[in-house]
Amino acid sequence: MLWDALSLQLGYNATLVAIGASLLGVAAGVTGTFLFLRKRALVSDAISHATLPGVCLAFMLLVALGGDGRNLLGLLAGSAASAWVGLLCLNWLTRHTRLAEDAAIGAVLSVFFGFGIVLLTVIQTMGVGRQAGLEGFLLGSTAGMLWADALIIAIGGAATLVLVMILRRPMTLVAFDPEYAAARGLPVHRIDLAMMGLVMAVTVVGLKIVGLILIVALLIIPPVTARFWSERSDRVVLLAGLAGGLAGYIGAALSATAPNLPTGPIIVLVSFAFFVLSLFLAPVRGVLAAVLRHLRFQRRVHIRQGLLALAQGQKIYEPLTLRLLRRADLVRADGVATEAGKARAAKALRDEKRWEVVRADQAHEATAALYDGLRDIETVLTKDQIAEIDHRIGGPQGVPT
Amino acid sequence: MLELAAVQGVSVEDQGIEASPLAVRGLTVSYGQKPAVFSVDMTVQPGAMTAIIGPNGAGKSTLLKAALGIVAPLSGQVTVFGQPLEEQRARIAYVPQRASVDWDFPTRVIDVVLMGLSRQLGLLGRARARHKAAAMDCLNRVGMRDFADRQIGQLSGGQQQRVFLARALAQDADLYLLDEPFAGVDAATEKAIIAVLKSLKEGGKTVVVVHHDLATVSDYFDHVFLINTRKIAEGSVAQAFTAETLQSAYGGRLATAQIDQISRALG
Amino acid sequence: MSGEEFVPLSLTPLLIGTFAAIACALPGNFLVLRKQALIGDAISHVVLPGIVVAFLLTGAISTWPMMLGAAGAAIVAVVLIEAIRRLGQIEPGAAMGVVFTTMFAAGVLLLEQTDTSTVHLDVEHALYGNLESLIWLDATGWSSLWDLQALAGLPPELPRIAVTMLGVLLFTWLFWRPLKISTFDEGFARTIGIRTGALGLALVIVAAIAAVAAFDAVGSIIVIAMFICPPAAARMMTNRLETQIAWSVGFAILSAVSGYVLAGYGPLWLGAADAVSAAGMIATMSGVILALTALFGPCRTRVGAHTPA
Repeated sequence: MLWDALSLQLGYNATLVAIGASLLGVAAGVTGTFLFLRKRALVSDAISHATLPGVCLAFMLLVALGGDGRNLLGLLAGSAASAWVGLLCLNWLTRHTRLAEDAAIGAVLSVFFGFGIVLLTVIQTMGVGRQAGLEGFLLGSTAGMLWADALIIAIGGAATLVLVMILRRPMTLVAFDPEYAAARGLPVHRIDLAMMGLVMAVTVVGLKIVGLILIVALLIIPPVTARFWSERSDRVVLLAGLAGGLAGYIGAALSATAPNLPTGPIIVLVSFAFFVLSLFLAPVRGVLAAVLRHLRFQRRVHIRQGLLALAQGQKIYEPLTLRLLRRADLVRADGVATEAGKARAAKALRDEKRWEVVRADQAHEATAALYDGLRDIETVLTKDQIAEIDHRIGGPQGVPT
Repeated sequence: MLELAAVQGVSVEDQGIEASPLAVRGLTVSYGQKPAVFSVDMTVQPGAMTAIIGPNGAGKSTLLKAALGIVAPLSGQVTVFGQPLEEQRARIAYVPQRASVDWDFPTRVIDVVLMGLSRQLGLLGRARARHKAAAMDCLNRVGMRDFADRQIGQLSGGQQQRVFLARALAQDADLYLLDEPFAGVDAATEKAIIAVLKSLKEGGKTVVVVHHDLATVSDYFDHVFLINTRKIAEGSVAQAFTAETLQSAYGGRLATAQIDQISRALG
Repeated sequence: MSGEEFVPLSLTPLLIGTFAAIACALPGNFLVLRKQALIGDAISHVVLPGIVVAFLLTGAISTWPMMLGAAGAAIVAVVLIEAIRRLGQIEPGAAMGVVFTTMFAAGVLLLEQTDTSTVHLDVEHALYGNLESLIWLDATGWSSLWDLQALAGLPPELPRIAVTMLGVLLFTWLFWRPLKISTFDEGFARTIGIRTGALGLALVIVAAIAAVAAFDAVGSIIVIAMFICPPAAARMMTNRLETQIAWSVGFAILSAVSGYVLAGYGPLWLGAADAVSAAGMIATMSGVILALTALFGPCRTRVGAHTPA
């Protein structure tokens, strides 16, 4: 069943939805990455909630003009217009008042959404019968999707993608270092607005499939997921597109396999599954790798500190230091250094002394900056250089017992 | 002690940890994978003015923050007046770097100084006239009495620093720790602050300052603590603030001419 | 309007709306100052999965399990956000976005999977509540306020939200000084022995409790609006925290009352027959107030020296 769905053999409508959702996922992942790198991920939340009044007003206008209130293109145009107004309000609040961006986001999203709900209740009483499925825009509804609707979503998604690709260079620059971008003569404010415009486009395109509350997930989760796997922004963009597209495709296919599996939430949950896997398993930034690295680091610090204390005949107070030294057979159970311990301690102290020479010598300035108390001096200086330093220090020193 | 002792100036090892207002043993702090402070011992002398000096990024502020429990150390112990930090908090006053505060916060100068009295006031006590008078007195000592009703964001950098010092004065502590109080302030403020600190010392208080201006060290302080990730030297200015220790702390980053100038000033 | 009409039909929704607004606006002041305003947004989204899980566990729509479920979900969300932020080194906004959208999606999925056709549990209700239906049918007029038998018929949401509001007031009063100091200068707060981590968590939990109690009566959209709009508007009016709190409470009450009245009577004045959503109108009014203060408030812009580089 699932295989049928994944290979697009569950019928016309399911295939339509799967293709639309994958395109939407790619567009959202790619666009969201710039937003995420700019540290403005939740702006998308304000934009998406701000679409509601536009949807309602467009419906009312369409009905008032005697048309069909459910015309998707009309409703999407309305949602885009009100999202744009919301975005301008958000920008104005952060630039011209003392409100921080998070408060401005919350204010715009709650007020626009609240006003949208007022309009929804107005439509309810307009006498045109039902709300014409406008609630579908809250959570998405793919059940009765028409060919024309799918076409609009596909074209919209593809167009957004093309625009992102054209604008990716300036957007990366602005996300990475807005001041440098401004110094290079880029119109930072306008590029920011263009970025938000693209987010808005994704939101509008996604309204029908995942709904306005969950589109935020598609803009945020794939970029965050991709960030775990690469330190290069262009790769993060590609990976986020991939993660978003896969989540859209698998999610849509899964939801077609059984009733009561709404497309939007399933896509979000698939996306989240990718995120959790990356959070724990990614090679460098993943939690597992970080924990191992930290333990190793902590061990090095304690052993080094313990060795230096041994070399200087000081008492070691830290229980963890003692335990680690004992486990490495550097001290005996009574805290006295073993032969190996004495040798390592003497070496540590000597290295410390060598570092001191390095740090006091202007000729070694670049090397001296690498000092962190842990680095082995052999990794930064040649044998000859070390010999020269040793010559300056004088002969080997004993270790107090 | 081996050869390290020669560089460390006077060894204060194990002398008066009990009596020291602030003693640190084996302190290592790391942000990520690089230690900012590595295995540092420090014994602050009571009733003295001590400068913590070292190049940028040498771990000066980190040392202070770890000693106060603001950042968690990887290893090490801290004692305050011979006892664990938590039991002696009331005897410490801390003046953070200006950058660490939300200057847009809706509060007036006098309210900030009153924060220094919060231990006295307890959880529910409300500030009464005598508390306000005490806070005004502290503002007066730093020359900021006329600004009591201003919103803090409306002050200049130097004025903000003086308000912070007034808050520390209100705490009426025995140990004062200041993080770069002279960074980016005007000359008048610097004068005002140093006068207050000297009067604290005359009153028997201990003052520790993270400091960056080598030229003023011998005028302002009687003890120094040189750090560059590790402790370089510790002791009286005459003993520990020498061309040799400076070279060791700053390495190539300090021009030789500058060191010569300082050592000449030191006689 | 006569008491005979006002007391049974409008008094209780007005009071409930007002109390809910105050309960959210109070902690909202601190959340906005701490740049955690969107915690309120996150909490109000995860209330839905909490309620659905509670329903699945108990098999019935009853108030207490649902409120516990919602509060539990709020705490789970806060812990998850913090964990993801620290473990993955992700900025707080993105961590929040990951958590609340996922939990909301899980809630919608669970709801679709469950047969809730027999009970009144749906997404729309979760979003905008039903303030208008919280009427006091046992009341006959002002005299009913002293009539024990009539009082017994009060909608249970009223005492619940009243108690919550008092609890929030008590928390703010008790921890006023530590809250203020740690919001302004966290490092200093720690040096005088304030446990800033625990206090920050307590603030978020109090906000979550307020959100859940308010949500029960008025839906989640008011909750977000009241966390943010009245405190943000109040910040434009004054440079003192004490005064800001007072303004925010005033703005919260004004939004609730004017929103309720406009929703109920506005359409009639315009010649329409039916009322519109009171919750939506209250959120809208809080936005109008914010817009006015952002345009004309005496302290609307940043001034003076700023954080040095």
